[in-house]
Amino acid sequence: MTMQTVGRPTRPEDVQPLDAGFTSLTGGRGLLQDEALIFERDGWGKTGVDLPPVEGSADDLGDLVRTRPIGLPGLSEPEAMRHYVRLSQKNHAIDLALYPLGSCTMKHNPRLNEKMARLAGFADLHPMAPLATIQGALTLMDRLSHWLKTLTGMPAVALSPKAGAHGELCGLLAIRAAHEAKGDPRRRVLVPTSAHGTNPATAAFVGYSVTEIAQTDDGRVDLADLAAKLGPDVAAIMVTNPNTCGLFERDIIEIARLTHEAGAYFYCDGANFNAIVGRVRPGDLGVDAMHINLHKTFSTPHGGGGPGAGPVVLSEALAPFAPAPWVVHGPDGLTLVEETVEEAAQAFGRMSAFHGQMGMFVRAYAYMRSHGADGLRQVAEDAVLNANYIKARLSGVMTPAFPEGPCMHEALFDDSWLEGTGVTTLDFAKAMIDEGFHPMTMYFPLVVHGAMLIEPTETESKQELDRFCDALIALAEAAKAGDVDRFKGAPYLAPMRRLDETLAARKPRLTWKPEPGVAPAPLAAE
Amino acid sequence: MRFTKDHEWVSLDGDVATIGITAYAAEQLGDVVFVETPDVGKTVAAGDGLAVVESVKAASDVYAPLSGEVLEANGALAEAPETVNQAPEAGGWFAKVKIADASAYEALMDRAAYDAYLETL
Repeated sequence: MTMQTVGRPTRPEDVQPLDAGFTSLTGGRGLLQDEALIFERDGWGKTGVDLPPVEGSADDLGDLVRTRPIGLPGLSEPEAMRHYVRLSQKNHAIDLALYPLGSCTMKHNPRLNEKMARLAGFADLHPMAPLATIQGALTLMDRLSHWLKTLTGMPAVALSPKAGAHGELCGLLAIRAAHEAKGDPRRRVLVPTSAHGTNPATAAFVGYSVTEIAQTDDGRVDLADLAAKLGPDVAAIMVTNPNTCGLFERDIIEIARLTHEAGAYFYCDGANFNAIVGRVRPGDLGVDAMHINLHKTFSTPHGGGGPGAGPVVLSEALAPFAPAPWVVHGPDGLTLVEETVEEAAQAFGRMSAFHGQMGMFVRAYAYMRSHGADGLRQVAEDAVLNANYIKARLSGVMTPAFPEGPCMHEALFDDSWLEGTGVTTLDFAKAMIDEGFHPMTMYFPLVVHGAMLIEPTETESKQELDRFCDALIALAEAAKAGDVDRFKGAPYLAPMRRLDETLAARKPRLTWKPEPGVAPAPLAAE
Repeated sequence: MRFTKDHEWVSLDGDVATIGITAYAAEQLGDVVFVETPDVGKTVAAGDGLAVVESVKAASDVYAPLSGEVLEANGALAEAPETVNQAPEAGGWFAKVKIADASAYEALMDRAAYDAYLETL
């Protein structure tokens, strides 16, 4: 009989076990190569594409014509492709696993949304196309506006803001315009201590000074402190509901009443709208302006710097000041109000050159229509249920910051359970990477010591939540059992080990410069 | 030396108050990576923001414990913010402020009172 194994071992025990400290000869890990910067690759003087020489432009450019090498690396198409695909393999994404960043809402981006956004009729539009040729896109914007207004119980919406913080800016500009129209410019904005950092930043950017409102021991706005700080110079309050502790502001009706009584407007940070969509209409709570992160509540892609979309809904009092453009029904179909005259005479201006992020509008609208009104309500219910499941399962080994009652869409733990173990929140988060999970949000909100904020979203199954909880429970037990090295050196198995955050912050290297003597040829020639 | 509940310290020499953050605050912040000190000549009221200290964990306002005019800022912190961790209650000072009312200084917590306050946190 002939054995066709040609010397190849066929059973695992034939393979010599390797030491745990094994390293490859080249720095690679498995099939993941060690990746140099694109500038450090041996690609100088090459080009991946043949282009004909440019003729005639020199006359137009005069003395602006470049005479020295531009100093960019040259790569062939496969080299460029592989470089960026390899980098992407070292990254983590919602398409790889649960991404439990609290307050950032990393939920699955349904592929149906992506398919719709790629339809040529939406994807290939030019923002200056004649209105008669883009009636379909305007119809989608009009219907998206209708859904956003209906879900929030608000009469007006500005679609053009490009992100949550841009939406905050839009809301506060509308508030400032409303006060100025009354001849009563005010100078202060009240913000609770647990707010997203963008809230006080936005208020300051608009020219207001910021006063903090204290928080009660159970993690809500302190009504007495709010009442004491409200006054004739307060333009607005900015409250997130549910707040960044993952708690519903139970006194929100009273907060709105006190605010309006003082002649101020109520800005609600709608970042956490995903916890109440379909269940609560912010307009019924007395909110005057609220941004909605389409990338959070309505599942458009999030992270990587955008594109985002942060439409702002406005109350009757603020609606006249909404920025252009918006869609209106005219005799010849849909059209856009672009000029700040007539019906838009009080509009405070514009938030962007054109209409906003069309691709995000399509994705968000596809998400709404594929879920329907009942489906969106279930989104909120499941998001809250999942967060409470995590809170309940982990409360045996970790300490919830607010143990009383249920949480909303995110579960918040403090670090008192780590006391005496020698392990910090940061160490624990890094060890999660070795176990295959992206860390939770840590050290935020600032009002909770060593905070760990976990947001599972509605898109995770019970099996996935259990895998996550099992990993965290095992890690927590290891920390309490004194297995400190597992944490202090973590991550051991990630493409990059623990970074020196202090050195990176104190001596940041933000640009690449050739090292003297080893510069690639085109640069050395300069 | 006197202390505030916001973890600033003050030491008084004549009518000049030197202000910094306490060792407890520096330890809680972790590695300090950036300090924004006030402009000389700026007038501050007690409780106003005086400086900003940024660590790898968070950016925090440092409040003026007393009212007065900024005479000098610790420019060395721009190049060596780590001094705030190494010597928070000495070389890591933030600003010197000429104060008008020395009695406000006496009203702040002394070391024993501050230590007792830390026990309650």
